[in-house]
Amino acid sequence: MKKSVWFLCILIVLSMVLSACGAQATEAPAPAEKFRVAVVMPSAINDLAFSQSMYDALVRVQTEMGGPDAFEFVYSDGMFVVDDAAAAIRDYATQGYNLVIAHGSQYGSSLQEIAPDFPNTSFAWGTTVDTFGQPNIFAYEAASQEGGYINGVLAATLSQSKVIGVVGPIETGDAKLYVDGFKAGVAATDPSVQVNVNYIGSFSDVALASEAATTHISAGADVLTGTAQMVVGAIGKAEEADALWFGTQSNQTSLAPSIVVASQVYHWEVILNEMIGLIKSGTLGGRSFTANLANGGEVMEYNPDYALPADAKSLADKTVQGIIDGTIKISLP
Amino acid sequence: MIQDLFSVTVLIGILASGIRLATPYLYAAIGETFSQRSGVLNLGVEGQMLLGAFAAFYVSLRTGNLWLGLLTAMLVGAVMGLAMAYVTVNLQAQQGISGIGFYLFGLGMSDLLFQKLMPTVETIRGFPRIYIPGLSDIPGIGEIFFSQNILVYSAYLLVPVAWFVLNKTTLGLKIRAVGENPDAADSLGVSVARVRYFTIILGGTLSGIAGASLSIALLNVFQQNMTSGAGFIAVALVYFGAWRPIGVLGGALLFSMVNALQLWVQVLNIPIEPEIAVMMPYVLTILVLVATVSRVRAPSALTKPFEREN
Amino acid sequence: MAESTLAKKRTSWRIKLEPRLDEPPAWYPAMVSLGAVVVALILGGVMISVAGGDPFLSYAHIARASFGDIGVLSDTIVKATPIILTALACSVAFRMKLWNIGAEGQFIMGAWGASAIVLAPVLPAETSRWLFIPVMALAGIAAGAAWGFVPGYLKAKFNVNEIISSLMLNYIAISWVNYWVFAVWTEGGFQMSPKFPVGASLPRLSEYADSFPVLRGLTTHGGLLFGIAAAIILWFIVYRSRWGYEIRLIGDNPRAANYAGINIARNTILVMALSGALAGLGGMSEVAGVVRRLQTAPIAAGYGFTGIIVAWLAKLNPLVIILVSILFGALILAGREIQPSGIPKMIQGTILVCLIASDFFLRYRVRIVKGVEE
Repeated sequence: MKKSVWFLCILIVLSMVLSACGAQATEAPAPAEKFRVAVVMPSAINDLAFSQSMYDALVRVQTEMGGPDAFEFVYSDGMFVVDDAAAAIRDYATQGYNLVIAHGSQYGSSLQEIAPDFPNTSFAWGTTVDTFGQPNIFAYEAASQEGGYINGVLAATLSQSKVIGVVGPIETGDAKLYVDGFKAGVAATDPSVQVNVNYIGSFSDVALASEAATTHISAGADVLTGTAQMVVGAIGKAEEADALWFGTQSNQTSLAPSIVVASQVYHWEVILNEMIGLIKSGTLGGRSFTANLANGGEVMEYNPDYALPADAKSLADKTVQGIIDGTIKISLP
Repeated sequence: MIQDLFSVTVLIGILASGIRLATPYLYAAIGETFSQRSGVLNLGVEGQMLLGAFAAFYVSLRTGNLWLGLLTAMLVGAVMGLAMAYVTVNLQAQQGISGIGFYLFGLGMSDLLFQKLMPTVETIRGFPRIYIPGLSDIPGIGEIFFSQNILVYSAYLLVPVAWFVLNKTTLGLKIRAVGENPDAADSLGVSVARVRYFTIILGGTLSGIAGASLSIALLNVFQQNMTSGAGFIAVALVYFGAWRPIGVLGGALLFSMVNALQLWVQVLNIPIEPEIAVMMPYVLTILVLVATVSRVRAPSALTKPFEREN
Repeated sequence: MAESTLAKKRTSWRIKLEPRLDEPPAWYPAMVSLGAVVVALILGGVMISVAGGDPFLSYAHIARASFGDIGVLSDTIVKATPIILTALACSVAFRMKLWNIGAEGQFIMGAWGASAIVLAPVLPAETSRWLFIPVMALAGIAAGAAWGFVPGYLKAKFNVNEIISSLMLNYIAISWVNYWVFAVWTEGGFQMSPKFPVGASLPRLSEYADSFPVLRGLTTHGGLLFGIAAAIILWFIVYRSRWGYEIRLIGDNPRAANYAGINIARNTILVMALSGALAGLGGMSEVAGVVRRLQTAPIAAGYGFTGIIVAWLAKLNPLVIILVSILFGALILAGREIQPSGIPKMIQGTILVCLIASDFFLRYRVRIVKGVEE
């Protein structure tokens, strides 16, 4: 038992030392008019995929609203452990942030339990449509099947070999929506085109994702797409083989300027602005939002360095219009 | 469907993928073979690989010089090896546990550097493929064996070199003696500490190259936690290969090819759940261990710190 | 150096290391460990500055985020609960020098086994908590034990190295759970099952907030009791039972144990299964107490490794594990506010290495002596 005593000593001394450091660094309370947002994200803010799309959107909102004095945001990234994330969400709520965003469908059940304890804080959960019927939870999602569909239409048009490869992480959520939309787009344009899908079972294994791309290329694919943060390796393989690439989540043109045709980019700021407006007028939740092509929450960004044939571009534009006005319905499995 | 698996395209694809995927395992596992043969289990390989991968990528990106990047990765690996050697040899810390510490350090530090130094994911032009004249034109074989990049070739070259060093040189004799019977080696005037320092630092250097082979030769990109457990697999491969470089080579190839096969199974629409397919390489590793383990024995002094009797 | 001198040539002062024969005073190990932590924090600070960050700000964050107020303290305990159980799992195996690094996979399988009771479903959703929780706990224990049994059996029968087989089984467990979550129990295609009914979840302090308002928002759950009970039982097994004596003897001196007629193969299998059972209980406590549904494998995400660290730092003592788990729970939890996310992992690693290295100073006495001897 002696040992337990000295471990307790360490615990106490350590916490005192750390708190002493902490005391001087505590910031002064923020002025009341400043809008404060905290966000919890599963991967790194610079992953060029799901997490970065939210980070970039927050930066844009901050610029629009007049900089850090009017709009402050903090983030916890790399939160792939759900109960770490839950603790972070609770902590941000305790610190009085106006809006706490849980940017990942896996955080849902945590949020459902935390939100009732902080009735004056607004929470947002994505990607989902479920607010749990609570008055202080907003839900948001991206209709990633829409951009997937456009990418699929273009991919089917541009493919010479009539074989297209898809690299996905795990068959779920945003990735599944995107892939299903993509397949629907291909099938609607040219049913003879074959789409091979490869879910590699990991969000982080860059090596396996790029080998999956190589496998698709060996199987005859000349157009590739993929979703989640580990596809950055696959894009390199596509470039090496001179196969075309379609991106999603963030604009991936910078990774391979010669072969990226288009990226579906999430502009969460459209939704964030709506939420912020509602919160300022006293509505803290209870609604769900979808980022889609019609409301500008999803934008097709084309690579200016890739010479997209004019007829393909006009087909894409027509399809975008069709989805917006509802003449094109995307049927998912 | 299932018969498509046996077409030439698929077989060549699996072999070529397997050869590439095995490269980082080879560097890391050969390095680990040296340290284990001298009696030190280094479980920090994953961390050394991650830091090596980042160092190589970042230096190459900023200077445009891949060789400088590779050198930095080796240096970073060696420094981590040096720290590991000090902790396990001088301070006689439990090796497996301190290895986990080095792993966490490398994982956290590479992540920290990645986020502080790079605004977003970037790509570079890595080591180009080298087409060996004549040989690379042979259909099938050429694509598999003779059109890879320099780090892939040298990984395979490392296997016979490691075999030669371990089995045919005085240095190899010393390493094996220190791993089997450090007391006897010590009484014959071999410095156990010095040999172990050498093998651990060598292991770290090779792990650094293993990381670099991913970030500046095979994938040409750095992403958070990009090695995704390859370092731990490399340690497993040393056991799998029964502490012999040739066995490690066999294990690395087998593991990589089963992984490549798993990718093809999905592409060919063979109705196996992807999650089940992903399990295959690991199940196979266990089965092979069971099948071969009765014939081999680990170095006797593995994981035991050395202390001279007074 | 293994040689007991680190002498500088041509000086008459030198540092001499000699094995410590007597038991050091009680304060000494604490000071050594504290010193190691301080050294680790300084090293970590240097690393943060090298990467262009501000170490003081990072440490201030850690302090505020782990011991700031009662809600945070409660979260720290929630985080410590699974670590207690995985660390107990590792400690009993390590005691016998079985290097089970598969607590991660055993934890995941425990979560799966417990979830199967709810989702299969074995028991209907309206079952009372008094029946649900014990059955789920048993299922979690059984699934974890099965996952620990495999490497134990392979070690005992075929002498397959348990480090490698338990490592491989981690990966298999992850794929196994992914399969069930996506292909069988998914809720709307997402990476999670439907939520468990109330009867299938461990009670939390916050549920009693109506009677005791101070408990509002506190998430500490019944799994903590499992952890504490398991620690106490394990302490009795290891230090007070004949089986525990056998385990310790095999660990300290397998040859003597063999001469004493102890069945090493049988104990290998039993201890690995016990180890797996403890980790499996941890998995059950996590799904029933925290997540309250089955999710993809990140439900474990490193508890197995953290368990190894904690078991080691607690010198394999089950009761000390509880305290160290809380310390580590705080440290890991603190990571949530620190940007970038790599800092807490890096600091954990540094602390672990420094603490393990500092054991050296418990075994050796460092003296500065004058004069030349040899």
